[in-house]
Amino acid sequence: MSLLVVDNLTISFGHKAVVDGISFALTAGERIGVIGESGSGKSMTSLAIMGLLPETATVSGSITFEGKELIGLSDKEHSKLRGDRMGMVFQEPLTALNPLMRIGKQIAGPLMIHRGASLKDGLVKALELCEKVGLPDPERILRAYPHQLSGGQRQRIGLAIALACEPALLIADEPTTALDVTVQREVLNLINSLVTLEKSSLIFVTHDLPVVSVMTENIAVMQLGKIVENASVAALFQSPQHEYSKRLISAARLAEDAFSQGGEKP
Amino acid sequence: MTEQLLETTDLSRTFTLAKVRRASKGNSAAQRHALVKLNLSIRSGDRLGIVGESGSGKTTLVRLLLGLDKPTTGCVKFRGQELTEGKMPWLRKEVQIVFQDPRSSLDPRMKISEIIREPLVCLGMEGDHDSRINAVLTSVGLDVAMRHRYPHELSGGQRQRVAIARALAPRPTVLIADEPVSALDVLVRDQILDLISHLTKELGLTLILVSHDLSVIARLCDRVIVMKDGHVVESGNTREVFDFPQHEFTQSLISAIPRLPDLS
Repeated sequence: MSLLVVDNLTISFGHKAVVDGISFALTAGERIGVIGESGSGKSMTSLAIMGLLPETATVSGSITFEGKELIGLSDKEHSKLRGDRMGMVFQEPLTALNPLMRIGKQIAGPLMIHRGASLKDGLVKALELCEKVGLPDPERILRAYPHQLSGGQRQRIGLAIALACEPALLIADEPTTALDVTVQREVLNLINSLVTLEKSSLIFVTHDLPVVSVMTENIAVMQLGKIVENASVAALFQSPQHEYSKRLISAARLAEDAFSQGGEKP
Repeated sequence: MTEQLLETTDLSRTFTLAKVRRASKGNSAAQRHALVKLNLSIRSGDRLGIVGESGSGKTTLVRLLLGLDKPTTGCVKFRGQELTEGKMPWLRKEVQIVFQDPRSSLDPRMKISEIIREPLVCLGMEGDHDSRINAVLTSVGLDVAMRHRYPHELSGGQRQRVAIARALAPRPTVLIADEPVSALDVLVRDQILDLISHLTKELGLTLILVSHDLSVIARLCDRVIVMKDGHVVESGNTREVFDFPQHEFTQSLISAIPRLPDLS
């Protein structure tokens, strides 16, 4: 039974289709990576699933989530799923978090909205979530504002908010692009272990091939609004079919070879 | 013999924070030591990589090398002459920079030709500016017809080529590139790195490349310094440092890089 089925999804702004008839499906617990360059439509696809597309977007096709059609769903209906059955982690945690609200209330937010928790109960749960995402000194963190935390800490908060209601689907859109490489490693490991623990499905959107290949079993390669290849990580690396996938892989190999061989000879 | 170009002596930069944050422990947060007694010597023709995480002092160092910031203690010398406050046109002719994000480093209201012309005018460069603009556009692989365009009409990679063209226009001896490809897509990155590598070699430029991405440094630089908390924790030949990292921090940086699956 599929958790999510995207069928012939097209998203256009005016006459320009930024997502052009893509289809893919995700079963419960499955993980898929979506890779592509800026403008390939990968972020628009995740926003469409979350119901966060700009109002100027025209959408056609179908997205079914837990048997429910999401296209044409009112914002009110969609917001019942958002933060509850589906959670999202964004690229830049400083803009994703409310700068004027203490962390505790932001984590408690989805629990108060979707579970009818009181602020007090929400904060108790928020404390547990902070511990779950590996934040030291959670009492202090809950009282802090986003600007008082480091990038890695903020992204852990983003993850705590997304996972507060134990969603069936987690969408992570470039969650580590804004982070340093050592912090990136920690956050990737955390997403990996929490998704396993919660048995959530994962859509991991990135432009970074090495990152996605350690996070998911399957990879959809997007270019100019289309999925040009959808394959397992092993199949994609062993025998990429599409020209664009080949170029992405060789670029990543070039970077890795340069590194392990200490650079080109002057 | 290669000539000594840039030299820093016990270069330190300390920022005083507006007020002590109550959330942080102790009073030490009142001052932030962005750079601590850094000694660095860059010779003509060097290709130096500066690697470190955010907050390690990379950009502070670059700003000091460009004379855009004043050291708290210590000094920077270019060809033996100490950098002072002020415009220092003599330094601008010699040391130019390419910034991370061409969307913010190029004035959106100026045509490409005006963008590249600006340093030539400001620095009072002699010669025909128009032909110089065409020449640098060609050397960065852009069509001369681009000179009539505005930055928003260009792709990210093309914009970064314009930023390189602008830096090269006054014929500098040192090119500083601060994260020149991290705002670009993967496939475009390779082209820009190749361009920087090719041009600096062809023109015999000294290159200072700042990046958090070790593979970028590995491809372009012979020498690397690894920075952490305002200190240089490790330095040396790029290949030796990356193959046999001595400092714990360098080792953790290298082991944290996501690797492609090994399917061989």
